Amino acid sequence: MDYNLTHLKELESESIFVLREVAAQFENPALMFSGGKDSIVCLHLARKAFYPANIPFTLLHVDTGHNFPETIDFRDEIVKKYNLRLVVASVQDAIDTGLVKEEKGYNASRNSLQIAPLLEAIEANKFDCAIGGARRDEEKARAKERFFSHRDEFGQWNPKNQRPELWNIFNGRKEYGEHFRVFPISNWTEMDVWQYIYQEKIDIPNLYFTHKRQVFQRDGQWLAATEVIQRRPNEEVVEKDVRFRTIGDMTCTGAVESHASSLEDIINEVASSRVTERGGRADDKRSEAAMEDRKKQGYF
Amino acid sequence: MDTNKVDNKGYLDMELLRFSTAGSVDDGKSTLIGRLLYDSKAIFQDQIEAIEKASAQKGDEHINLALLTDGLRAEREQGITIDVAYRYFSTPKRKFIIADTPGHIQYTRNMVTGASTSNLSIILVDSRNGIIEQTHRHTFIASLLQIPHVVVCINKMDLVDWSQEVFEKIKAEYSAFVSKLNIKDITFIPISALNGDNVVDRSENMPWYKGSTLLYHLETVHIGSDHNHIDCRFPVQYVIRPQSVEFHDYRGYAGRIAGGIFKKDDKIMALPSGFTSSIKSIDTFEGEIEQAFAPMSVTITLEDDIDISRGDMIVRENNVPKIGQDIELMICWLNETPLKLNGKYALMHTSRECRCIIKDVKYKININTLHRNEEDKNIGLNDIGRISVRTTTPLFYDTYRRNRNTGSLIIIDEQTNETVGAGMII
Repeated sequence: MDYNLTHLKELESESIFVLREVAAQFENPALMFSGGKDSIVCLHLARKAFYPANIPFTLLHVDTGHNFPETIDFRDEIVKKYNLRLVVASVQDAIDTGLVKEEKGYNASRNSLQIAPLLEAIEANKFDCAIGGARRDEEKARAKERFFSHRDEFGQWNPKNQRPELWNIFNGRKEYGEHFRVFPISNWTEMDVWQYIYQEKIDIPNLYFTHKRQVFQRDGQWLAATEVIQRRPNEEVVEKDVRFRTIGDMTCTGAVESHASSLEDIINEVASSRVTERGGRADDKRSEAAMEDRKKQGYF
Repeated sequence: MDTNKVDNKGYLDMELLRFSTAGSVDDGKSTLIGRLLYDSKAIFQDQIEAIEKASAQKGDEHINLALLTDGLRAEREQGITIDVAYRYFSTPKRKFIIADTPGHIQYTRNMVTGASTSNLSIILVDSRNGIIEQTHRHTFIASLLQIPHVVVCINKMDLVDWSQEVFEKIKAEYSAFVSKLNIKDITFIPISALNGDNVVDRSENMPWYKGSTLLYHLETVHIGSDHNHIDCRFPVQYVIRPQSVEFHDYRGYAGRIAGGIFKKDDKIMALPSGFTSSIKSIDTFEGEIEQAFAPMSVTITLEDDIDISRGDMIVRENNVPKIGQDIELMICWLNETPLKLNGKYALMHTSRECRCIIKDVKYKININTLHRNEEDKNIGLNDIGRISVRTTTPLFYDTYRRNRNTGSLIIIDEQTNETVGAGMII
């Protein structure tokens, strides 16, 4: 008898362990759900972890107001299908109430405006833990992240003073008003996520598959031609067969030219790709430490 | 190497190997990791461009691969690795997780952290310098943390004319040192990380070496028996009670198997109550399974309705763990504030949380010489020593040597909530 697990089974088992640890150690955890593939995989893992019971987490979506409509439709379907509780933190509301200020100009993005409404939603709903789908292979600041990541009463991350994390023992102790971010799929790679979606036959938004879209080129990548991005006069709109490798805010998520129409096609494309998935994310390109700086303030 | 193609169906059967590397700036560790990542196509074009740009800005002559892993601003500014960095790559046979830790004595806590989840440790030796203090330190930590496999890479063989004599001498010296420690499986490989000899491809410069290349070894080393499959241990993590009509009376104990093989109908005992029952089902989302072993996450239901909650442990009647409140352990201290003799701390062990008091410090170990100092009882940051503690409630444990899951614990400062100590039960 062979007592080896496949790598996907072992990763799944680790993630389920982490999710159960969250349910046991925290009183009111939220699962951050963006409608992107990583949070979809987290939700799938949570359903497995607590089966046959329903998942003991509230879904928390930070809506920039500039999301692809397909993402929002997908989110609403999921909420209905699995009978979940959804809390939406709205960037538009935060702008309207003056909590944050809209960026202006050609490169305006609501990406970093998500931080304030996210922290406000955590505080208002008294969430003591927010589960996220961030992975260590995504970005170099995330490579140093813990599974259980402490946030102070201002929601801030202190990368220089993180708790050591040994074996599979997770220390979620905190003071009142502080919270934790927990990342169950820390050890997964982009390829693991796609292989898992394929293996488990998990539904994902159509945006991940090839489709015709009006796009324009900026800084070497294709952006969706929509009214929420101000185009320069020379930025010409063309129709292309594209798909998205990550799904974020429309203003900063680049599309790739692709004919991948199935999960098999996507996996083959990812396997031969020479650029990381966040290579198409303008939010990371602002500076070398863009992600670290946002994370310190309380970003996902 | 399109290893991950779907038409190459093998990828769904890959195994996972977690290994750690420890080393300092000059011993070629970054070069070695860079080569493994580059040759397995785990470094992407935009990452290479980003570090090329950063290297040029700092005035470095070569691409500095350490910039790939040194993700934090402070690390790049100071040119040092502060924290454990995790890197990922895969080949058709296995997926690998590298816990890359800085090797300097100040970073013992990081080495211990990286080693705690590893199946294998790579220890780099510079062929020109042979075994040095740092080699002792890394080996001791691998032994203390009971990493099942150690690979000693004797690097920079190009600088000693690919000499078999040098390789054999270092190997003999290391073997003599390691005989004092408890390491199950040691392999020696002569390499040149810079030129790639014996890393991925077999070296043409060292025809006298008949063993595996490093990558081949990583792909094939037997990891099936790294978990304990003998002593059945199931720490209960969470109780699943669906409030639904369909599953009205369902009561499932969720957890991750920490040892042994649990089967349906097995007679079990619950700790601490001592009540016995038998396994009615082992449930997963996909349905019932016949048996479960470490490190699987499952849900167990029992024939009888007995009181079990988080922190309890399900075991076999004829093979129970040690049960006690007086625990002897090796401790690695992780915090700037030193250990307080007679101090009270919180303690986490499997799914159990309690408090403890530090009763005694037996000795402190000099991790370079392995000398036990019974006079110096000050355990500060990065120190390793032997202590005894008394817990407020009994722990159900095995020795760390027998089972890493049920033999490990962490100590937490109750004021700051920080994890301050990593303990391995003797």
